[in-house]
Amino acid sequence: MSEMTMSWAVLLGLGAFHGINPGMGWLFAVALGMQERRRGAVFSALLPLALGHVLAVGAAIAIALAVGAVIPLDWLRWLVAVLLVALGVSRLFRHRHPRWASMQVSFGALTLWSFLMASAHGAGLMVVPVFLNLPMAAAHQGHHHAMAMSTMTPTTALLATSVHTIGYLLVTTIIAVVVFEKIGVGILRNAWFNLDLVWASTLLGTGLIGAFVS
Amino acid sequence: MTNFLPDQSFYPSPQMAMQAVPEKLAHVAMLNPNPGSPDAMAVVDLDPASKAYGKVIHQLDMPNAGDELHHFGWNACSSCLCPYSPHPHMERRFLVVPGLRSSRIHILDTKPDPRKPRLVKVIEPEEVKRKSGYSRPHTSHCGPDGVYMNALGSVDGKGPGGIFVIDPQTFEIKGAWEADRGPQYLTYDFWWHLGHDTMITSEWGTPDMVENGVNPELLLAGKYGHALHVWDLHKRRHQQVLEMGPEYQMALELRPAHDPSEAYGFVGVVTSLKDLSASIWLWHREGSSGNGAWKIRKVVEIPAEAADPELLPPLLKGFKAVPPFVTDINLSLDDRFLYVSCWGTGELRQYDVSDPFNPVLTGSVALGGMVRRQAHPKQPERELNGGPQMVEISRDGKRVFVTNSLYRTWDDQFYPDGIRGWMTMLDADPSGGIRTDGGFLLETENLRPHQVRLQGGDASSDSYCFS
Repeated sequence: MSEMTMSWAVLLGLGAFHGINPGMGWLFAVALGMQERRRGAVFSALLPLALGHVLAVGAAIAIALAVGAVIPLDWLRWLVAVLLVALGVSRLFRHRHPRWASMQVSFGALTLWSFLMASAHGAGLMVVPVFLNLPMAAAHQGHHHAMAMSTMTPTTALLATSVHTIGYLLVTTIIAVVVFEKIGVGILRNAWFNLDLVWASTLLGTGLIGAFVS
Repeated sequence: MTNFLPDQSFYPSPQMAMQAVPEKLAHVAMLNPNPGSPDAMAVVDLDPASKAYGKVIHQLDMPNAGDELHHFGWNACSSCLCPYSPHPHMERRFLVVPGLRSSRIHILDTKPDPRKPRLVKVIEPEEVKRKSGYSRPHTSHCGPDGVYMNALGSVDGKGPGGIFVIDPQTFEIKGAWEADRGPQYLTYDFWWHLGHDTMITSEWGTPDMVENGVNPELLLAGKYGHALHVWDLHKRRHQQVLEMGPEYQMALELRPAHDPSEAYGFVGVVTSLKDLSASIWLWHREGSSGNGAWKIRKVVEIPAEAADPELLPPLLKGFKAVPPFVTDINLSLDDRFLYVSCWGTGELRQYDVSDPFNPVLTGSVALGGMVRRQAHPKQPERELNGGPQMVEISRDGKRVFVTNSLYRTWDDQFYPDGIRGWMTMLDADPSGGIRTDGGFLLETENLRPHQVRLQGGDASSDSYCFS
């Protein structure tokens, strides 16, 4: 597999990984379906959930682009790596008790919820190192010591965000529908692994890989 | 404090929680009527295979006297699985135990040995008052985003009473909850419909109205609580008053449907000024779209019973009747059976509330009572005093636990011979009907048992976000 294909696959895979996390949306969709006692409510939740996720990931990449326009790419990689490791470590020790949503949730509120959950969990930040490794984003391998990010195209950013979100939405939809229709939420008791631990490790991992492998 | 899998005592839905294994322990708040001696948390063995079954196996004395332990709750429960604020890897581990009279809050750790909880933190009254703006903390519920607790009064012992929030990990008091309390002044109980972002609160009296006993002048003037309040749980704003009328005095325990998609619940009213009857009221939301107005109506009335004045406490002699005094109610997790304590007449009733608008009486057990003094089958020769008061139901709905003490100064008014503490168990038939379990009678003599919390959760400890 070429490095480029690999990076796109990782983007898609990270999207799927975010989708698996019950705290990223599918569980909320299922609960809304149960509250209203209809499958339609599950589906109507998917769009705002995906939109919020897109905004979070897009924002992280946009910030990276903006910062990358003024500092060298290597510095940016290190900065992202440090942020990821810091977030990973803090998530190993801290719970959050968000108060920004409730069960009677509007389209806008659900979008905001998804955006904040993804941002608070570092979902966008996690994608940044992979994005920075895209050849199209960083122009040409071998010269990136001197390379600023001005050469990264917004089109690549948009494409990367979209690929990631496709992975997220696909997995979120499948799990939400299967749990709502077939399995039931009892699965939570035995299948809701402490993704915080896995998640924190992934944050740490992508941070370290971003720092050393690039 | 984190697990790899969700705490196995957390259940997404009340129906799933009914499949839980039977509890083997109960924690019971014990009031010490001797003003110089501390209250205690007792641990009662509920494992039928154990030699100590039905006995107190541990007693944890509080560090101070005069707390008046009353209600208490867990730091975390099934609401941790709520999708909008998930933290499923918390532990149901700490008991949050307020002193209703002292305003002191105790945090008990049930690990490593749930049979011997340890006191790990005390929040002194000054801190409770300073940080919450309230005093006389009363009921505690584990919410999706923290421990909610309510309090009967303001710092100076008047009103308004209200709600405050405690961090479920650090047990720091985060402050008063209300953003806009509207006309609400009195408080007693609170609970919520998580699926409808709605909180309900009830009304008793401010500390200066209740701490020295029931005040007959205030009572006859209809000054005790007679309304419920509906709140937007998310925006923390008062929305609506559900008025029952001043004839109905003291609206106490709130039991909303456990199914989060339902929007109805029951409240017990202690007494009617007209005829000393007690009543159960149903609050419910109009319309199916989930945005109609809330309404309230009386669905059960329990009459007073004629009695020889010689046998009545001084306060009631003139009435020549013993009032039922409904002081606690509880709803099984399937929202099917409502249990009603008649602390005055000494009766525990079971109603089938499958149709919440039309409860059907399906069972009744007599124990104690101001006049009847009904003995327990295990000790048929010995009269019981006090009556069924706090009632708690096991998650599977098969066992019902009852204790007999209400509140120290009120105990003394209505059972002037002094409450002799007891806790007993009733067996509930899944298709309806209850009977006293002949083998379980715990007599606590010098201590008075109040609320019972069952290991792993019970019918009033948890709330759920999934149907």
